[in-house]
Amino acid sequence: MMDSLYIAWRYVSFNWARAMTLVACVTLIAVLPLSLELLLEESERQLLERAETTPLVVGAKGSELDLVMNSLYFGDTVPELISMATPAQVRATGLAVTIPMYVRFKARGAPIVGTSLDYFDLRALQVAQGRKFALLGEAVIGAAVAAELGLEPGDDLLSSPETLFDLAGVYPLKMRIVGVLAPSNSADDLAVFVDVKTAWVVQGLVHGHQDLAEVTDPTLVMDRSDGKVTATAKLAQYTQITPENIDSFHFHGDPADYPITAVIALPRDKKAGAILRGRYVAAGVDTDVLSGQITVPSDVVGELLANIFRIKSVLDAVILVVGLATALALVLVFALSLRLRQREIQTMFKLGCGRMMTARLLGAEVLIILTASGLLTLLLLGVVERFDETLVRALFIR
Amino acid sequence: MIQIEGLSLRYPGGSFVLDIPGFRVASGEKLAVIGPSGSGKTTLLNLIAGIVAPDMGSVQVGDTQVSALDDRRRRDFRIRNLGMVFQDFELLDYLNVLDNILHPYRITRALRLDAGVRERAIELAERMGIGDKLRRRVNDLSQGEKQRVAICRALLPGPGLLLADEATGNLDPDNKTLILDLLFDSVDAHGATLLAVTHDHELLPRFDRVVDFATFRSRAGV
Repeated sequence: MMDSLYIAWRYVSFNWARAMTLVACVTLIAVLPLSLELLLEESERQLLERAETTPLVVGAKGSELDLVMNSLYFGDTVPELISMATPAQVRATGLAVTIPMYVRFKARGAPIVGTSLDYFDLRALQVAQGRKFALLGEAVIGAAVAAELGLEPGDDLLSSPETLFDLAGVYPLKMRIVGVLAPSNSADDLAVFVDVKTAWVVQGLVHGHQDLAEVTDPTLVMDRSDGKVTATAKLAQYTQITPENIDSFHFHGDPADYPITAVIALPRDKKAGAILRGRYVAAGVDTDVLSGQITVPSDVVGELLANIFRIKSVLDAVILVVGLATALALVLVFALSLRLRQREIQTMFKLGCGRMMTARLLGAEVLIILTASGLLTLLLLGVVERFDETLVRALFIR
Repeated sequence: MIQIEGLSLRYPGGSFVLDIPGFRVASGEKLAVIGPSGSGKTTLLNLIAGIVAPDMGSVQVGDTQVSALDDRRRRDFRIRNLGMVFQDFELLDYLNVLDNILHPYRITRALRLDAGVRERAIELAERMGIGDKLRRRVNDLSQGEKQRVAICRALLPGPGLLLADEATGNLDPDNKTLILDLLFDSVDAHGATLLAVTHDHELLPRFDRVVDFATFRSRAGV
C-alpha cells in the first residue's frame, strides 16, 4: 500500500495544478453546505440566547422584526420612534421594570446605544477597564470596538455626523470613554453605550451654549468692545461636554416627549408579563395609557429562524444539485485522464503490473485528492468555526 | 532457452496474422530479429513475454510453457524472468531516475523492494554512467540517458532473458553504439539471453545470430 501511495503521490505532485483544481472542487462541494450549517447553528444560538434573556420589548407599531433586531442586536434599521413617556407608562402598571433603548446613531461605524445602567445588569456585562458611564457625554465601549479602534478609557470617540452638509445642523459629539466592557460574544461587544440623555445630545435635543464673554480663544472672537463680543464665523467641528460647560447643557421641552426606539420590559413574573401583553394587545386597539406594540423577542426570532431554515432547505437542494454536477464532472475528468494515461498503464502492464495493482494506484491518487480535500475542508471549517460569531454578526445580524 | 512451435496469432478484430512454424534461441545467445515494418517482430516479443497469448502453437521459455499459462501466471513469469527495453523508453515522467529504475518493484508483489535492491539499483546506474542523475526527472535527461535508465530498469531484477524492441531506434549514432555496448556488457555480466528487434543493419555483426522475419509467414489482409 505504501508503494502505491508513494507512486500516486509522485503523480499527484508532478501534476500539481490539475490536482489542486480537483482538490478545490471537492473542497468547495464539502465546505459550502457544512460551513452554512455551522453559521446557521451559530446564528440560531446567538439570536435565541439573546432573545430568550429579553422577556418583552415595547415599541412603536410597525415591523416586529425591525423592533427586535434594533433593540437586541442593534440592527441598522431604525424602527418608528416612541417617546420617553413609554417607560414610565409601563412602570406605572406595576407589572414590569423598564430599560429605555435609543439605538439610532453611530460612532465610527459602531452603534451608539442610549440606555440606562440597568442594561448592564440585564446582560450581565462586566466592565473590564474603567467604570460605567455616570455623566453626560461619557461612553462605555464594547470589547470589539475597543480592539478594533484601539480605544481605552480616557480616549475620545466622535459620533458620526448626522447632518454633514447642514451648517446649522447638529455637530458630532466628542464622547469621553470611561470604560471598556469585557468580551461577551454578543452584539454588545460591537456597541458604544451611553446614557440615553447623551444620545439626545448626539441628536441635538439636549445642548449647551458657549458664553463668548468667557472665551479666550482669539480665533473665535472677532471684536470685543463696550461689553459686546462679536464672534468670528469659525465653525465648531464637534460638540464636547467638559466639566466647564456641562452645566450649560439643558433640555428644551418636556424630556418625556423625547424620542427613544424601544423599551425593554422586565415583568415581575410570567403572570405579570402575560397581563402586560394583554393590556397592549387589547384587541389591537390603543388604550389611553399604553400605546404601540409589545413583542416577545423569542417568538419573533423563532419565526425569523423558521424562515431562515426554510431558505436553507432550498439552498441545501441547490448545493446538492451543484455538488452532484461537480462530482459528475470530476468523474468525467478522471475518466478522460485515464484515457490520456493509457500508454502509461500499458507500460506498467508490460512491466508486470496487474489490474488490481493498477486500480490500487489510481485509487491511491483518488485517496490523496480526497484526503487533501478533507484536510482543507477541516481547516476551512476550523476557520469558519473560529470566526463564526463575527461572521454571523457580519452576514446575518446587521 | 526459447522454443516456439506451430504458432499462429490473429489479433482480434484486426486483419494481421502471424504464423511461426518454428523458432529457437539458445541460452546466453544474442539474437537480432530484423524484418520489414508490420511483419510481427514486436508481436513476437509480446508472445515470448506473455503479454499476448497465441491462438495456436506453443511458446516455451526455459522450462515454462508460457502459452499454457493464464493471465496472472504469465504476468508472474514476465516479472521473474524477463526484462524489456522499448524504443521510446516508456519511462514515467513523474518519477525521478531512481524511482523509474525501481518502478517494477513497486508495482508488483512478486518483487520485493529492500535496501539491497536499492543499493544494486544505484550500482547499476553508476555502471551505466547515470549515477549522478538519480534524483533528476527523466524529462531532463538526453535520449541516450533515458535509454540507460530503461536498461537499468530491465536489468535490475536480474532477468535470464532480455527483450529489446528497437532499443537504439531513437538514438544518434554515438549513443547507439554506447547503449549497445552497455546492453551487451550487462547481458554478459548477468549471463542473460538477448533477443533484440532492430532495423539497424549496421549493428547486426555484433549479434551471435540474425533472424530475418521476412522468412516467417506473416500476412496482412488474410
